[in-house]
Amino acid sequence: MEIRVDAGKSYGDFAMEFDFAVSGERVGLFGESGSGKSTLVGMIAGLLHPDRGEIFLDGDCLFSSDRQINVPPERRRIAVVFQHHSLFPHLDVRANLLYGFRRTSPENRKIDFDALVAVLKLEDLLERGVNNLSGGEKQRVALGRAVLANPRVLLMDEPLSALDDSLRFQIIPYLKSVSEQFAIPYIFISHSLVEMRLMADRVLVVAGGRIAEETTSEQLARSRMGQSPIGYINLLRLASPRRVGTLFAYPWGNTELFISAGNDQEEALYELSSRDIILCKQHPEAVSARNLIACRVVNTFESGNRIGVELASGKERLMAEVVEPAARELGIAAGVELYAVIKAVAFRRLG
Amino acid sequence: MLLNFTPADYDAIRLSAKVAISATLLSLPFGFVLAYLVTYLSFRGKTLLEVLINLPLTLPPVVIGYFLLLLLGRNGWLGRVLEVCGIRIIFTWKAAVIASAVVGFPLMVRSIRIGMESVDPQLIQASRSLGARWYDALFTIILPLSMRGVIAGSSLMFARSLGEFGATIIVAGNIPGVTQTIPLAIYEYAASPGSEAAALSLCVVSVILSLVVLIFHEVIGRKLGKRD
Repeated sequence: MEIRVDAGKSYGDFAMEFDFAVSGERVGLFGESGSGKSTLVGMIAGLLHPDRGEIFLDGDCLFSSDRQINVPPERRRIAVVFQHHSLFPHLDVRANLLYGFRRTSPENRKIDFDALVAVLKLEDLLERGVNNLSGGEKQRVALGRAVLANPRVLLMDEPLSALDDSLRFQIIPYLKSVSEQFAIPYIFISHSLVEMRLMADRVLVVAGGRIAEETTSEQLARSRMGQSPIGYINLLRLASPRRVGTLFAYPWGNTELFISAGNDQEEALYELSSRDIILCKQHPEAVSARNLIACRVVNTFESGNRIGVELASGKERLMAEVVEPAARELGIAAGVELYAVIKAVAFRRLG
Repeated sequence: MLLNFTPADYDAIRLSAKVAISATLLSLPFGFVLAYLVTYLSFRGKTLLEVLINLPLTLPPVVIGYFLLLLLGRNGWLGRVLEVCGIRIIFTWKAAVIASAVVGFPLMVRSIRIGMESVDPQLIQASRSLGARWYDALFTIILPLSMRGVIAGSSLMFARSLGEFGATIIVAGNIPGVTQTIPLAIYEYAASPGSEAAALSLCVVSVILSLVVLIFHEVIGRKLGKRD
């Protein structure tokens, strides 16, 4: 997918000017609410009319004020998953799912209905009215409906914001598996850095009605570490836990991580803030923290008045942060061996 | 003793029903299209159109009847055209239908419009981005979701037609068996001494018909409300 936008739109005093080109299969649009993300999405989907400019998708002109081109939304083949599911309340789940599919020309119908229903685990819901679904089920149906329209691009406009935390991380695997399995490139819009990290590679940062920065989700997380009240969030996908007393031990790097919030599920996603990691030069003999991990510093970077320290244990990576004097005292630099001290309660399970 | 009808009364009841049903069916497509225009499109002269749609609400029905007479009469510009085609409207039941339709039209458009405004615009956007053209979205999303307004508007129009008097008497006259609907028959009874019982019988019919329409309106409204 390649999108090229040079378009402007004003609402009263708020003038938005977007000028960028981005390509990739997993693109993120990151920004605070009110930054203009949704306006940009609306213009790409053809639901909002830009005041001026041009929009291209894979070389096709979707909008051009100079050439008086404005391809209507139904012919752009860009499906949208909205923040609020926007399912049709008078139709059941099956009819909702098939709404776009039936309006797709036969040569473009590449996605099999049954296969999609299986991936999204909707088999038992097909005959239900959409008002009898839970929030997560509704969002899965909305996703399925958009995918079955066989779009060229899927726009996911804050699809998880209306869901509570535990549900969000249950839906993310569906979002990823559907777009990967059916090879649909997407633009993922969110104000959550964690969601960006999980869903996007290239990220466009939107601020004040402009593209402020083009970066990667990893780079973005590092640069925000210093200002963020929660630091850098390490996302750890861990598997095959072993029960050790009241804790759970997950193999990780050259060692094991002891986590109190563990469970018996085969695979789980945890977050760990860079601020919850203490670095020691020598092995501390007796500490209450359950994780004492020998690591090597891969590299360091500055973010605000903090130093980010990328640690390696085997093939795994972990990001810690320290203040500048601490980095100096401990002589933290690439290649240095350190101990990372992490409490078992510092890990938060996401899904 | 109360409900004692003459053949002319039966004619009036039958005619009232015929006029009300015809007026409702006749105005429904126009009402729907106009409600769509004023709800979803912005164009020059929209305010003027809205004022024109609502004008019959505030004009005395007699005035509407008089304008219709001027328009459809033998010397009216539409009446002349129709006469060439061999169609006569004035002083027939068709005139009563047109009078009712015009008088009730603002009520119908208003109800349908309220129904359409209650449809979440994002549902329409969703349908468009899923490949539906505007008319496809109109019939598969907007129409079913504003059905409450359509039914409310139709029943209001129906009820208004049953009660139409002022415009009807001018443009259709008060001819028993031809254009004499229930209100016109009651008017005639009221004007002739000794017909109180007959007038009252027709009043009872009027009340019953109105109640039936209103109950129907409530029941359907509640049913559709539950679904949403």
